Amino acid sequence: MYTQALNARETETSAPEDAERLAAFQARIDAEEKIEPNDWMPAAYRKTLVRQISQHAHSEIVGMLPEGNWISRAPTLKRKAALLAKVQDEGGHGLYLYSAAETLGVSREELTEQLLSGRAKYSSIFNYPTLTWADIGAIGWLVDGAAIMNQIPLCRCSFGPYARAMIRVCKEESFHQRQGYELLLEMCRSSEEQKAMVQDALDRWWWPSLMMFGPSDTHSTHSAQSMAWKIKRFTNDELRQKFVDATVPQAHFLGLTIPDEKLAFDAESGHWTFGEIDWDEFSRVIAGDGPCNRERLTARQKAHEAGAWVREAALAHAEKRAARRAAAQVAAE
Amino acid sequence: MTDALFTYVLRLADDAAILSQRLGEWCGHAPTLEEDIGLANVALDHVGQARALYSYAAEVEGKGRDEDQLCFLRVERAFRNCLLVEQPNGDFAQTIARQLFFSAFMLPFWEKLTGSSDATLAAIAAKAEKEAAYHLRHASEWTIRLGDGTAESQRRMQEAIDLLWPYTGELFEADDTVSQLVAAGIAVDPQGLRAGWLATLSRVLEEATLTLPAQGWMQTGGRDGRHSESFGHLLSEMQYMQRAYPGRNW
Repeated sequence: MYTQALNARETETSAPEDAERLAAFQARIDAEEKIEPNDWMPAAYRKTLVRQISQHAHSEIVGMLPEGNWISRAPTLKRKAALLAKVQDEGGHGLYLYSAAETLGVSREELTEQLLSGRAKYSSIFNYPTLTWADIGAIGWLVDGAAIMNQIPLCRCSFGPYARAMIRVCKEESFHQRQGYELLLEMCRSSEEQKAMVQDALDRWWWPSLMMFGPSDTHSTHSAQSMAWKIKRFTNDELRQKFVDATVPQAHFLGLTIPDEKLAFDAESGHWTFGEIDWDEFSRVIAGDGPCNRERLTARQKAHEAGAWVREAALAHAEKRAARRAAAQVAAE
Repeated sequence: MTDALFTYVLRLADDAAILSQRLGEWCGHAPTLEEDIGLANVALDHVGQARALYSYAAEVEGKGRDEDQLCFLRVERAFRNCLLVEQPNGDFAQTIARQLFFSAFMLPFWEKLTGSSDATLAAIAAKAEKEAAYHLRHASEWTIRLGDGTAESQRRMQEAIDLLWPYTGELFEADDTVSQLVAAGIAVDPQGLRAGWLATLSRVLEEATLTLPAQGWMQTGGRDGRHSESFGHLLSEMQYMQRAYPGRNW
């Protein structure tokens, strides 16, 4: 999920890079070679990737909260199992992404601290609440759907560990997306009341899902460097258009209405044209004033604080064991 | 015999369903990311067991009910799970103590049940046994880490063991339902598992530098539908969708 981190420009703090090395690096990228953790890379490339991968990881972790909100109330045992498995997958994505970030020389503790202190961002989508069971389907269909659009190109990202992590993540996300859609299909077929619940979920999740692709290209000149480094392969608007084109027919198949009066099919281009995103809302939610920003961060902080004694105990125990092993070795010699 | 078998399978199904409900509450709030994943995984195993067991109970009953009707449309007094599994999560030590007591019982239980003369139960047990082995390993390792960790973790782990101990007696209860089925070679005699269970606990608690509580007075009532006050809240949350939208497909 979640490439919003690629929309910010790196501040130039490091010393200028050696021009020859830079050129050689760019040549490798242009030749579609993968950059591996021990290879030389420009400081800004490393910094961009750490920020992108860690924000992606944070998004997976925070994303467990809105979906986890419905585990205890899933309507059937089959759906409960599917939801538990999905949320567990998101945790797994968080784990490999933190590991991929660690290959760039930053520890998970450091990254967690950045999240909990509010310095690091995560995808704005998770600052919206899950109010009904249909929201669980809508997240699978729309949010994971949008995430896949962003992530499929990341499977070809120039940084090897990130690209390889994305291959597995994309397989699982694509399963989640189909599962979410199937859940909504079942609801729409079951009764008018449930279909209305699905429409309400679409009304609330549609625009925030489009915001997941970030600012429009006219306002986002920052991604040029990421494109040159082949971290990013398509612009925000290109990906957003792909998502709309893929999703509108799926909504129609469910018998739903996309909450956009300007939505129309342009036969000439073969694309769906759509209305303007509420960019004020987008900026507000990114800046911290969405419906659930404070709640999400507080939940993560509480879990971290409440679990501190457990992590300390695990560490203390590991040290005791190591000391005993060392003592036993000395005694044996 | 059919009534007894239905009750017996339902008890096992309720144990699994209620424990998974409690474990699922941790998701996103665990002390480490690995535990968020681990506890969700243990919860998922129990949802799977509950589904197989409820479906079989429904088949034995023969009244056209299904797994979801049994799980989501029975009232508090009709639930037959033991009191241990419904105990609130508390802190991480309490959750681990609950897992330790339960999985140390369930692993040998499922092992024995694989020899049941009831082929369906034997098949369910064969799958559940593998899962329980992992659950016991997970709970034992954490009990040892917390017991032999810091002064605070040792205090919390010992308090958790002491707090939940009175709910372990129920695991070994054998009423007429159980006795009949044991005689028929279908069920496991829980009394026969007590020595092994105590040996497992003693080994783990010793390594954890913790104390096994004295036998003492034991709580009872779950198998007859007399539950804790917190249980009604668990059900009202778990059953909300099926109660609010009766007869719908999801």
